[in-house]
Amino acid sequence: MSKTETQVRKPLERHGLSDDQLKAIFRNMLLQRQLDNRGFQLNRQGKVPFALGSEGHEALQAGAAMAFERGKDILAPYYRDLGLAIGIGLDPYEIMLSIFARAEDHNGGRQFPNHYSSKRAGLMSFSSILAAHIPHAVGAAYALKYRGESGRAVLVTCGDGTTSEGEWHESMNFAAIHKLPLVMLVENNQWAISTPLSMQMAEPNIYKRAEGYGMPGEQFDGFDPIVSYAAVKRAMDRARSGGGPSIVEGVCYRFLAHSTDDNDMTYRTKDEVSEHRKHDPVPLFESVLLDAGVVSAAEIDAMKKDVLRETNEATDKAEAMPYPEASDLYENVYEGAWQPWQ
Amino acid sequence: MATTITMPQLGETVTEGTVERWLKQPGESVEKYEAFVEVSTDKVNSEVPAPVTGTLREILVQEGTTVATGTAIAIIEEVGAVPAASAAKAAAPGSGASATEPPKTREAMAASANLEPVPGFNLPEMPVQHAGNGHARVAPPDASSETALRGVSPAVRKLAREHRIDVRSIRGTGANGRVTAQDVLAAASAGASAPAAAPPAKPAAAPPLKPGTSTYGEPIPGTLIPLTSARRIIAERMVESKHTAPHAWSMVEVDVTNVWKWRAREKDAFERATGYKLTLLPFFIRAVVESLAGFPLMNARFTADGILVERDVNIGIAIGLPTNLVVPVVKGADKLSIKGLAIASGELIDKARRNKLSADDLQGGTFTVNNNGANGSYASAPIINGGQAGIVTMETVVKKPVVTADEAIAVRSMMNVCLSLDHRVVDGYVASGFLADLKKRLEAMGPSGIL
Amino acid sequence: MAVASGSQTMNNVEAVRATLYEAMKSDDRTVIIGEDVGNRGNVFLITKDFIKEFGPQRVIDTPIAEASIVGIAVGMAMEGLRPIAEIQFADFIYPAFNQIVGEAAKTRYRSNGEYTCPLVIRTPYGGGVRGALSHSVSIEALFYHVPGLKIVAPAFPADVKGLLNAAIDDPDPVLFLEHKKTYRLIKGEVPDGHYTIPIGKADVKKTGTQLTVVSYGLYVHWALEAANALEQEGLSVEVIDLRSIRPMDRTAILQSVRKTRKLLIIHEDNKFGGIGAEISAMVAEEALFDLDAPIRRLAAPDVPAMGYALPLEEEYMSSPAEMADSMREMVKF
Repeated sequence: MSKTETQVRKPLERHGLSDDQLKAIFRNMLLQRQLDNRGFQLNRQGKVPFALGSEGHEALQAGAAMAFERGKDILAPYYRDLGLAIGIGLDPYEIMLSIFARAEDHNGGRQFPNHYSSKRAGLMSFSSILAAHIPHAVGAAYALKYRGESGRAVLVTCGDGTTSEGEWHESMNFAAIHKLPLVMLVENNQWAISTPLSMQMAEPNIYKRAEGYGMPGEQFDGFDPIVSYAAVKRAMDRARSGGGPSIVEGVCYRFLAHSTDDNDMTYRTKDEVSEHRKHDPVPLFESVLLDAGVVSAAEIDAMKKDVLRETNEATDKAEAMPYPEASDLYENVYEGAWQPWQ
Repeated sequence: MATTITMPQLGETVTEGTVERWLKQPGESVEKYEAFVEVSTDKVNSEVPAPVTGTLREILVQEGTTVATGTAIAIIEEVGAVPAASAAKAAAPGSGASATEPPKTREAMAASANLEPVPGFNLPEMPVQHAGNGHARVAPPDASSETALRGVSPAVRKLAREHRIDVRSIRGTGANGRVTAQDVLAAASAGASAPAAAPPAKPAAAPPLKPGTSTYGEPIPGTLIPLTSARRIIAERMVESKHTAPHAWSMVEVDVTNVWKWRAREKDAFERATGYKLTLLPFFIRAVVESLAGFPLMNARFTADGILVERDVNIGIAIGLPTNLVVPVVKGADKLSIKGLAIASGELIDKARRNKLSADDLQGGTFTVNNNGANGSYASAPIINGGQAGIVTMETVVKKPVVTADEAIAVRSMMNVCLSLDHRVVDGYVASGFLADLKKRLEAMGPSGIL
Repeated sequence: MAVASGSQTMNNVEAVRATLYEAMKSDDRTVIIGEDVGNRGNVFLITKDFIKEFGPQRVIDTPIAEASIVGIAVGMAMEGLRPIAEIQFADFIYPAFNQIVGEAAKTRYRSNGEYTCPLVIRTPYGGGVRGALSHSVSIEALFYHVPGLKIVAPAFPADVKGLLNAAIDDPDPVLFLEHKKTYRLIKGEVPDGHYTIPIGKADVKKTGTQLTVVSYGLYVHWALEAANALEQEGLSVEVIDLRSIRPMDRTAILQSVRKTRKLLIIHEDNKFGGIGAEISAMVAEEALFDLDAPIRRLAAPDVPAMGYALPLEEEYMSSPAEMADSMREMVKF
């Protein structure tokens, strides 16, 4: 018997989550971290030209994903939502197809990596243009309400920087006026490429804007997956039951640079990053679960190995798939084959 | 003076209005800006203020009637004015109470920039004349013989070709006498050389072209020979050479008596052994490559970055064929003996005559030799080939009396050697040095020697 | 569905209204979204009283926010509704440019067909109504460059109905341009019942032999006026109503140019970079040896907009008389 098992278990505020659910959340965080890292490894190997990381968002996204109801809710994410994507049911294989830009990818290799699309999972296609997807989420939420589909809601996400866009404001305004079944999850990682929060807005607490729109707003610790789950669940339940939209703001931190094309040491210090690293949600939650006796060290070890195995299998399988054909460029401009000149 | 009031336009896209209620009756006075009638459209209801002070003289449209905007609805007689006959002045449609609008002339509207060349967009256009009001017109093509074809439209060219009509023989009915497509079609159905189709410009009507009967090899006077690609390329290359390199020219007279004897002694055995004729050419080329070694600037070319002194000596031999001019190249000519040069040049000449030269045969030349004398030429000013520094000719060999070194008169075989040079690369100093050296070497060759 | 029995006379605004009404009645997924479309019934009364019959959930009065009018409609379309978004005046469309060009046009393409955007964006455009700088622009040149979009600009009521139905049925985003001056000015017979006109087909509104005139919108009507006047002078001008800007009917254009050998493009938009440039390039590429005159374009000068003062509006626009002058000159060239 290990030492932890004989220790007094630390009490844990579960917000209704079972042991299995807690383990699933943790596994999601591990898998996100692993897949995230794999992208960078492949980039450094020269196999893929671009990678974009989400380290720091694992708790927020795993918790939010647990609040998402598969087969019912709709997710309108942005490009740092790897954890949410796998959390709502995307396969690591699908993630790797996107990274390798293979023909089999949902987008046929057309989009940058991390720009997922999956009708099956309810994940709306989106572009790289910040905030452009938020009116789409509002329109989708309107469609749900219009059809009288209660019990369904749209979870739309964005970073702190995106909340400066005009379309963010227009979307929140409209959603509130029509009491749409929508949750605006702001993943405030405090950096927008090189722009710190202090230069992005005068009022750093984004959730406070909700009052201006006439809807509820809440802020939570984005490094705590259980609290993240609880906040998003509250908001989603409200939306699903006709209570209208809300803004939930999870505060976390972006540990890595914006992408492989960014050097974050040009605008922040190693010390700042390492100070925040002390709150890295992945090892943090690991010790929380261990301390609470939800998992054993051996289980965690097995979980990590399994996550690595799953990542490796997905990588190898996706890498072996072919690129799209050159002739694929011409497909799906319109329905059917098309020329602008008839 | 009577002022006619028309149905105003109450809204951007409104085209009609309804008279709802007359607020004044005929005979009543009305002040300027006082409402005197109520009209409505499906967008706006409005009281219409009078434009003048006076008396409402006549109502032209009854209440409840809908009319188009601009239709006269009433007449007001201005105070103090002499009553005039009622004249319904129809205003332009859509102009509302148009009595106060400034007049606009058709000329002003026509003087628009719409047919002007577009700023910032450089399109070579046909010459444009501007009429006084600024309305641009396209000038017609000049109908003279030289420019007639230049101004001809693609459709006219195509139709003229298809129907085998000389455009210059057609009288144009287009703007300023332009030959139009319709004119060509009309001429085609009427017959190509009808006397009535005399062109207005000076050249006499050329006879109709019979394409396919006149060629470069068999030119027929009064015809137009279509350009083959070979002739087109020759033309382009010649123009390019002359326009790029400033050509200068020099000549020396060479005593080839001894080398001629050498050739005569060797020619039969050579022909038996190789199958090729032994001409003076390989001897000449041998002397040339030796002179080039001493004057490397003659084996060079001008480039923007500097004068490129070639390392290899590849001698091009200009060969005139009945319909073509080719310059195959003997590569590494400086490494060949006279015999080797004779065989190499013989092969190339043979291939040229049989039209079997490859692209590689024609490339890489650094200096060119032209045996012009075979045709009896005494002196010639050749055009430099392919950006090289010079081209040298052998003219015809003539037996002449010359004054020898010891001031006697002897009959010698004399041959002029001419040099065209690119004056960007070499000047007189180098060129005449080269020629003098070449002369010396040629005069030193033979009568004995090994090929 | 009404069976086509006869026809009715109506103007363009009535044609839009009648078509929208039928679309709302026949398909529950159809919603109309824009500024003042509900209680006001649209500033030209196109959707007057729709809100009474179909309700505010289907006739949505939005805040003043053009980007999200289109963006929200894109989301609706992605999620299975058939939205018809309205931009009150084409001059207001610029904030929505990102959503139209970057999002709607690319939805099918970027998701490789997994998501689509069956969206109609309607907007009144064009001048001649003293609309000045912000109520008169033509916008087709800004958008016709973009693959993934379709653009139509019908000028006759029967075409308005047929093309609006086609746009509503179309599985891809369609920009439906309504020339505001033709709203009440142009009347015509409109067949009863539901019908569509294929997007991408032009219509020869007047046949002729000596010159091809290509135009669309208000200017088709003025070009016809000019061509009819020229007919009295014995000149024969063919007038093609493009109807569809993207895709454009090259077959009809080429067929006509090969017959007349002369091409005059007349459009209200600025000449530089207007759609006439694309037509000119296409005809020069495909039919150079059939041309008996340079291709000409009669279009607006290179100034930002027509002014409010009447001389400024008239100088910018091309009158039927100016069109006749250009046509005559080309026929006689």
